[in-house]
Amino acid sequence: MSAPKYWREMAQRYRFEAAKCKKCGKVLFPPRLACPACKSREFENTRINDKGTIETYTIVRIPPSQFTDEAPYPVAIVNMGDNIRILCQVADCEPEELKIGMPVRLEFRKIQQEGKSGILAYGYKCVPE
Amino acid sequence: MRDVAVIGVGMNRWGELWNVAIRDLLAESVLKALDDAGIDSVEAMYIGCMTSGLFTDQEHLGAIGPDYSGICPVPGTRVESACASGGAAFRAAYMHVASGTADIVMAAGVEKMTDVDGGGATFALATAADQEYEVYNGITFPGLYAMMANHHMNKYGTTRDQLAQVSVKNHANGYNNELAQFRMKVTLDQVKNSVMVADPMTLLDCSPITDGSAAVILCSLDKAKEITRKRVVKVVGSGHASDTIQLAQRDDLSYLKSTELAAKQALDMAGKKITDIDFAEVHDCFSIAEIMVIEALGIAKVGKGGPATMDGVTAIDGMFPVNPSGGLKSKGHPVGATGVAQIVELTEQIRGDLDKNRQLKKANIGLAQNMGGSGASSVVHILEGV
Repeated sequence: MSAPKYWREMAQRYRFEAAKCKKCGKVLFPPRLACPACKSREFENTRINDKGTIETYTIVRIPPSQFTDEAPYPVAIVNMGDNIRILCQVADCEPEELKIGMPVRLEFRKIQQEGKSGILAYGYKCVPE
Repeated sequence: MRDVAVIGVGMNRWGELWNVAIRDLLAESVLKALDDAGIDSVEAMYIGCMTSGLFTDQEHLGAIGPDYSGICPVPGTRVESACASGGAAFRAAYMHVASGTADIVMAAGVEKMTDVDGGGATFALATAADQEYEVYNGITFPGLYAMMANHHMNKYGTTRDQLAQVSVKNHANGYNNELAQFRMKVTLDQVKNSVMVADPMTLLDCSPITDGSAAVILCSLDKAKEITRKRVVKVVGSGHASDTIQLAQRDDLSYLKSTELAAKQALDMAGKKITDIDFAEVHDCFSIAEIMVIEALGIAKVGKGGPATMDGVTAIDGMFPVNPSGGLKSKGHPVGATGVAQIVELTEQIRGDLDKNRQLKKANIGLAQNMGGSGASSVVHILEGV
C-alpha cells in the first residue's frame, strides 16, 4: 500500500467524516462529488453516528492474502441511521454471538499490517454495544 | 440499428490448464469459433477479460488475441467489467455490427487464473469490489455473497438446503457437459458439509477458479443467411445496467436491481415477457446468486427463489430450465470468459446441436445474464432461433 493511498482516506477512517447534500440532505459516506439522489454538487461536512445495528454478517474463513493471520474473523454491514450503511469487521465478539439486529458501535482499531516495515493500517471496526 | 445473428461459437475444455498460456488459451476458442462459422477472419474483435495483469502479468489482450489467432491486423479491444467482462464484450461486438460499421465481429472472453495461488486469486478477484471501503476491511467475494445469503435467509426464510440445491442442480447438469471443469454430481449433504469459506457459503456453494476461454462470431442477419448452413440464431435483446459498487450502499442487500433493469431493457427490446423465454444461463457465482438472479429476472417471485429451486422449477426438466450447461458452479468460472460462454450455450441449445442427454426439449428462445462484482454490473442478452 502506498502512503498517499492510505493517507487520503484518513478523514473517513479516523474521524468518520461524511458529506451532507446541501440540497436534499442525503448523507454520503465516503463523500462524493455528486449526490446520487438529487444530482447536486454542494455538500457540507458531517460525521456519521458511531452507533448502529448489524444488518447482515459473515465470518470470513478463507481470507485474502493480507489477512491470512487474522482469519477467521466476522465482517458485518452495519446500519448507522441516516440511510448510511458501512461494511466493517466485528471485534470483541465471538462468531456465535453475532446476530442480525445486534446493536454495535464503531471503534478506532488496527485493520491490517504490511509486513515488518510497511504501513500499520488503522480504521473502524464495530464492537457489541 | 440492424438485425444481428450469432454464426459461430467455440469454447475449450475448462479446468486447471497448467500447460496452456493465456495467448493459446484465448486463441483455441477463437479458432474453434472461426471454424464453426466456416470463415478465416473477422473485421474486429472484442475480448472480455477481468484482470489478466494480476493473474498472469499480461495486459494488451487487444493485440494478443488477433496476433496468436493469426488474424492481424484485425483490431482488438479488451473489455473489462469484472466478472461481466464477457457479457460486456458481447454487447460491444453486437453494437458494432448493429451500427452497420462492420458485418462480422468476434466477441471472445478469457481468464487464466491458476498462475497465482489461492490467496493471490482471492486478492485479484476482490479488485471487483470497492478497494477502500470493502476490501480494506477484510471482505472477500464469498464473504459479500455470504452476507447477501444471510440477509435473504433472515428476510424471507430461505433455507440452507435451498441454497445447496442450486449447486446440486448445476452439478447434475454439468455432469453431462464434456467441456465442464467439474463433471461430478454432488448431494445436499456434500454441499453443506464441505469446507466453510464464509458462513454460510461452503466451498461447494462457490464457483471454482478456472482457466478457460470462449468465443462467438456476430454477423449482420442478412449476411448470416449467406454464410452459415447452421440454424441462424438472432440477438433479439440486449441490456446492461449498473448499481453501487459497494453492497452496503444498496437499498436492499439481497435484491439485484441491476439485473432487473438490464433484463427489462433486453425484454422490452425483444418485445417479450420473461414467460416467453424457454431457458436461461445465469451468473451462479455462488449458490445464493442464482436464487437472487431468478428473482430479479421474474422467474421466481421475490423471496421465493429458494422454494422454486427446491421444487424443481429451474431443473433441466423443469418449467424454466436455468443453467443447463452446469453454470459457473460446475462448468467453471474463468471470469472474463463466462459471459461469452453463456452465449455459446444459448446458441448450441437453440441450434439443437447438443448431445441428447444435454439438449433441452424446448430451446427456441434463451436468456443470458452475466454479472460483475456483488451485482454492480449486470448484462442480459436474449437470443432466438430464426
